[in-house]
Amino acid sequence: MKLTQGAFSYLPDLTDDQITAQVEYCLSRGWAVSVEYTDDPHPRNTYWDMYGLPMFDLRDAAGVLQEINACRETYPEHYIKVNAFDSTHGWEALQLSFIVNRPAEEPGFALVRTETAGRNLRYTTTAYATDRPAGQRYAKG
Amino acid sequence: MSGEAHDSKVTTAAAASTAGDRLEDAPLDLDALYRESKVHEAIDALERELVGLVPVKTRVGEIAALLLVEKLRRSVGMQADAPPLHMSFTGNPGTGKTTVAMRMAAILHNLDYVRKGHLVAVTRDDLVGQYIGHTAPKTKEVLKKAMGGVLFIDEAYYLYRPENERDYGQEAIEILLQTMENQRDDLVVIFAGYHDRMERFFSSNPGLGSRVAHHIDFPDYQEDELLEIAGRMLAQMQYRLSDEAHGALREYITLRRQQPHFANARSIRNALDRARLRQANRLFRGRSRSVTREMLATIEAEDILASRVFNARVDDG
Repeated sequence: MKLTQGAFSYLPDLTDDQITAQVEYCLSRGWAVSVEYTDDPHPRNTYWDMYGLPMFDLRDAAGVLQEINACRETYPEHYIKVNAFDSTHGWEALQLSFIVNRPAEEPGFALVRTETAGRNLRYTTTAYATDRPAGQRYAKG
Repeated sequence: MSGEAHDSKVTTAAAASTAGDRLEDAPLDLDALYRESKVHEAIDALERELVGLVPVKTRVGEIAALLLVEKLRRSVGMQADAPPLHMSFTGNPGTGKTTVAMRMAAILHNLDYVRKGHLVAVTRDDLVGQYIGHTAPKTKEVLKKAMGGVLFIDEAYYLYRPENERDYGQEAIEILLQTMENQRDDLVVIFAGYHDRMERFFSSNPGLGSRVAHHIDFPDYQEDELLEIAGRMLAQMQYRLSDEAHGALREYITLRRQQPHFANARSIRNALDRARLRQANRLFRGRSRSVTREMLATIEAEDILASRVFNARVDDG
């Protein structure tokens, strides 16, 4: 099951040229771009690990792409996303976030039903991947 | 005039679109490309803004010609590897290395050899860290900032300190080398510094030296040129010299050039800044009299003659 989080996630995966164009747009708006990765795809997992520091004062997307590729090399079987942070006073939050790398196999999510008082049902989802410990979740073989 | 320029633009556009089908010996309009690329604006600015520096201007013109021809070759599908663009600017302080680097960035940008055309000026402190593992991220961050533009490394020879074998400068050089080689399309590096020390730096880092294609030597300014520079600086700041002050400044330059730590145009700028200070003080002391616009703009001989440089001469004599 293809993970659909962030912008463009219903489209086919972006090519490097398309990623470059998106990052160029972010930089032209003066946003600070950063790269993050995780192997826990749960939608409520908002705290992904930072790959390096956010990149300030960049003028060209080549530097960001270099960082993305370095992250891909280190974590080929992780989710990697690119964030663009807008520091404008009053906004001070992300403007854009999109996935640039995903594991080859995405097992998807399980729906867990919990019965509570009065035969009520509570629902939650868990990622099959998180059954295994961090770091081994998408390991091949 | 404008009609003519318009026509030539149409011709090149047509030439570009049908270049593939054309006969091999079809004439190509190099001049139109030259005018279209706006590279002449940067070269004209160089000519206009910088006094003297004839060898530098010639070399920059030559490099621009090379880049222009390479671009035209590429537009007709001829073999044209991205030409090596890393450069070394050598010369004494205050000879215009940074200014020329800025113009160079504009020229490279106008010819599409760098995408953004900005200049990132750094020194050793910006590249080399203070402890193990600090240098690589620091250097990479600077390189990322410079991507799409020109990285100007001032006093580059400080990166290499042979007397300390554990110096982290070597690590910065290695990362620099790697990026210069692998990301030639993304970044142009210009090394700058004193002539002899740069030569030693390159000879002790042959890998670096061999990747620097263009060496430009910046000569010291002559007295007349320095005087003209002073005139331009003052005009820009809306000051002018009285006739006596003009003579005093000439004398000042002659004396100052013989003293140690003379930094060409930078020394002149500092001297003028101090003269402005003295002028302001002189006007302030005489504030009971009315001050005219003319007086506000004029630097008198006494403002310049109060300089320490003249005292030194008195002491010597």
